[in-house]
Amino acid sequence: MQRASLERLNEARRTRRAVVLLTDLGNAREEVVIEGEKVPAGFEEPIAAALQSGKSGLVESHGRSYFLNVHLPSARIIVIGAVHISQALAGMAAIAGFPIRIIDPRTAFATAERFAGVDLVADWPEDVLKSDPLDAYTALVAVTHDPKIDDFPLGQALKAGCFYVGALGSRKTHAKRVERLAAAGFDDAAIARIAAPIGLNIGASSPAEIAVAILAQIIRALRKRDVMSPAGDAR
Amino acid sequence: MDTAALERDPLMIAEEWKGEGRQVAIATVVETWGSAPRQPGSHLVIDAEGNFEGSVSGGCVEGAVISEAADVLASGAPRMLEFGVADETAWRVGLSCGGRIRVFVERLD
Repeated sequence: MQRASLERLNEARRTRRAVVLLTDLGNAREEVVIEGEKVPAGFEEPIAAALQSGKSGLVESHGRSYFLNVHLPSARIIVIGAVHISQALAGMAAIAGFPIRIIDPRTAFATAERFAGVDLVADWPEDVLKSDPLDAYTALVAVTHDPKIDDFPLGQALKAGCFYVGALGSRKTHAKRVERLAAAGFDDAAIARIAAPIGLNIGASSPAEIAVAILAQIIRALRKRDVMSPAGDAR
Repeated sequence: MDTAALERDPLMIAEEWKGEGRQVAIATVVETWGSAPRQPGSHLVIDAEGNFEGSVSGGCVEGAVISEAADVLASGAPRMLEFGVADETAWRVGLSCGGRIRVFVERLD
């Protein structure tokens, strides 16, 4: 493998881009294919399949054997709101293996004491997401039910094609949210991607139980997703 | 935020080692049968002193891969290694999980 290829591969992984390393097993020559860029002729199908499934494997082409190694960004969770549910969700997400970041501009909520050892940012989502943008491998969970805080990241999540978008709030709160998003130009299909009421319907009652319902819903969205479908695909 | 996990990743370490001027071989699981412990795409990276990071099995065949890597580093020619219960070498190095794996070893140039 050439050093330049390894550097290009690692750079794509650092910047959370899906990337495939295609290696000719006969001569160890390789090609780095970043999602959305040009695919070597004849490999369109296996590369698309690998990006979708995340599974690496052998491919035969023109009598030669190739190894196709796919690297997908790890799924992560971004929570808007440093509330009681988020405290429980932070611990559970860590156990389930999801990196999690919590954002809340309200410094009364976003305290190091309430979120010891958690990646917590006491700032506006508008500012935080500039340097750490949402992407298709991110789950966005909005739980402040304050439109001033939740609406911007929700819109960003729909635009970025986050694999999961969930918003806390009563049916009434959500109905008003839908009106605002529609007024902001989001179509019905995009808005329908928002999981609201948030979480799988398991009758969750306490904040910790609601966190379980949310995490389960995130895992379902992740494991049943189709990464090649355009952003905004409702399922 | 998940860059911490990536930092200890074998491919990141391979890049770092190469940057330090060390010779580096990259071993990759390319095929598995049965109950192999590591999936295709798993890496073990090895330097000329035999330092290594990552894994291609549950610790069963790493020793054999590391010694083959020394030859690959010296010659520059890639090698395909196969380990499994049907293979006497593999039995000796002990792929006790009962699976079979193929490991591609190449030099980072």
